[in-house]
Amino acid sequence: MVAAEGKLKVILGYAAGVGKTFRMLEEGQTLKAEGCDVVIGYFEPHGRQDTIAKTEGLETVPRRIIEYRERTFEEMDTPAILVRRPRVCLVDEFPHTNVPGSERAKRWEDVLALLDAGIDVITTMNIQHLESLNDQVREISGVQVRETVPDWVLKRADEIVFVDLTPGALLNRLDRGVVYAPEKAHRAKENFFKEPTLAALREMALRQTAHEVDLRMTPSAPREGEARSDSASSGDERILIHVTDSPSAVGLIRRGRRVANFLRADCFAVAVVPGPRRAALPGDQREALQRHLDFARKLHIDTRVLDAEDAADALVAFAHTNGITQIFLSKPRKPNFRFFGTKQLLAMQVIRAARDIQVTVVADRQTPRT
Amino acid sequence: MPDSDKRRPSPEELLRRVQAEEDFARRGRLKVFLGYESGMGVSYRMLDEGRRRMQRGQDVVVGALQASRDEAVTGLLREMEVLSMLPNGAPDVDAIRRRRPSVCLIDGLASRNAADSRNEHRWQDAEELLDVGISILTAINLQHIAEKQEQVAAILGRQVDEAVPEGFLMRADDIEVVDSPTLDPELSELREIALVLAAEVVDAQLVEYLKRHGLDQTYGTHERILVCITPRSNAALMIDRGRRQADRFHGDLFVVFVEQSALSYADQAMLDKNLDAARQAGAKVEVLQGEDAVDTILQFARREAITQIFVGHSQRAGFWHRLWPNPVERLILESGGIDVRVFPQGETGKQAVR
Repeated sequence: MVAAEGKLKVILGYAAGVGKTFRMLEEGQTLKAEGCDVVIGYFEPHGRQDTIAKTEGLETVPRRIIEYRERTFEEMDTPAILVRRPRVCLVDEFPHTNVPGSERAKRWEDVLALLDAGIDVITTMNIQHLESLNDQVREISGVQVRETVPDWVLKRADEIVFVDLTPGALLNRLDRGVVYAPEKAHRAKENFFKEPTLAALREMALRQTAHEVDLRMTPSAPREGEARSDSASSGDERILIHVTDSPSAVGLIRRGRRVANFLRADCFAVAVVPGPRRAALPGDQREALQRHLDFARKLHIDTRVLDAEDAADALVAFAHTNGITQIFLSKPRKPNFRFFGTKQLLAMQVIRAARDIQVTVVADRQTPRT
Repeated sequence: MPDSDKRRPSPEELLRRVQAEEDFARRGRLKVFLGYESGMGVSYRMLDEGRRRMQRGQDVVVGALQASRDEAVTGLLREMEVLSMLPNGAPDVDAIRRRRPSVCLIDGLASRNAADSRNEHRWQDAEELLDVGISILTAINLQHIAEKQEQVAAILGRQVDEAVPEGFLMRADDIEVVDSPTLDPELSELREIALVLAAEVVDAQLVEYLKRHGLDQTYGTHERILVCITPRSNAALMIDRGRRQADRFHGDLFVVFVEQSALSYADQAMLDKNLDAARQAGAKVEVLQGEDAVDTILQFARREAITQIFVGHSQRAGFWHRLWPNPVERLILESGGIDVRVFPQGETGKQAVR
């Protein structure tokens, strides 16, 4: 008999120190008091006394020591948890990247393995780690977040709960040394821990939680882990994202994915490369294109590479065959002059060719503005 | 979206800023704990914060309680100074003002006071205390917010008559959400409304903060969609899609028309119909004036922190149209950090609105 998939609960916050881990442990304690078999799979104490106190009486599966480049790292011991087989496992810091040498690159992948084995997981994350918000987060905070969780993984969560604390109270905690040691607290104030940045992140987390509640309420919305983008979805929109080797493609893919998620639309990513020239593409361009297609696939977007000379015609033809309602393109940089005979903007070519399809030209949020 | 414009503030602007600073310094601070249904422990969270502030040395009193309270709340109250309420059940505002704590806790904010009270509603008592510089901690459930009551009643099928105006919440210095997952579809709906309301309050606070600090910037924290219509555009579809996108993103919808000279009778009638449809869809509708339609739209978009512009594109493009940038092309090139969604229009672009 195959074990039923475990349930996933995500405790969502907007910054370190709002009380996510505390809440996770509190729920663990409540479950244990109810007689449930709970273990701590991973816990990051950050030297916070009140949080550490909450682990009292809870069983911890010891971390695994991994050596990498003559240094030792401690990671969650997923194989040991699978052997221990608790009913519920508490896993701190969902977006964490494992040290090379671990079976899986990301902690969220470890969590998926636990769920597959029928273990329920309660985990913690901050909004700035959600993949589709990466560009917005950088714009707001100036920080490029490297550890991200794809939106489909969060969508897989059965429950999401938002842990709130006002930015004022959080900054207070930071000053009192509750969140970080003084040195780290000082550095934190340079990036996320500014009042308007915290307020903006908090607003984003509230809106995301509202969206997640909305998604789980509508029975017709398929869970993306089960239904890929080629299956019927509840929306009547189908979105096509034009993937290129340009650095702006990354932000475009994120944006297209996010809009598709909210509109519950199917989503495709298409690159157009003339066949004979594909081999002739310079290596770095070919690599960039491949990287962007891989990135799209990681976000659960179906990808295609079309062999054609004219990108606009190929995109529109693909759109017509596949019932696409909206094409997503990158916004071109503004040219200083426009000479007679200058090549038309791709966006305008597509707009002119796509007689019954909407075209969304996405702003380049990739290049930091001065 | 930090879009800072380092302009020199005018004397009026400076005066306004000083005034805002003074008002801010004089008034007590209001913090609201918001839950989406009763029994979620908002009162407990409020009292718990009051107790922690007390432990940190602040002068905290409890000024008003609810008639019914659970064991956890009763336990917390034993550690705190609770002022007695008036025989008619209203908070004793005079006694609180005489006692002059730095923080006063007011539970049951939506309560209506007895007929002989100085204020009709308890939230007005709180307002009075804030005005004299006493900070307030209070707790409220979604169903007690006046502007949300119709929506809540439609979901739950029952009406609550005590209410606090949403404006009171919007003026809060701090709002903290008490969130909890639920599998109940009706409660999920309430939860979603409460989360979005809190996001709106946080957004208002962010705008206020930026204003108070003279920071001229905006953050693209939520979707603000601007639909630009003309008499000839496929306005019904554009407004419908704008409404849907705004709803799905819990965002805002604006519909504008840039005034043109000498519209034909038929065009004017069509335009009026479209603007009406926009108002029906709950959009903020404005008729803009300006020499250059693209500049006018972009000015409006920047002022309103728009994240996405919807615009129609006519297919009547001949040789000359291709030679010079047409308005849509200019809008795309000059709109900076704003996305532009282009709708085909004219005969070929007609789509049924579902």
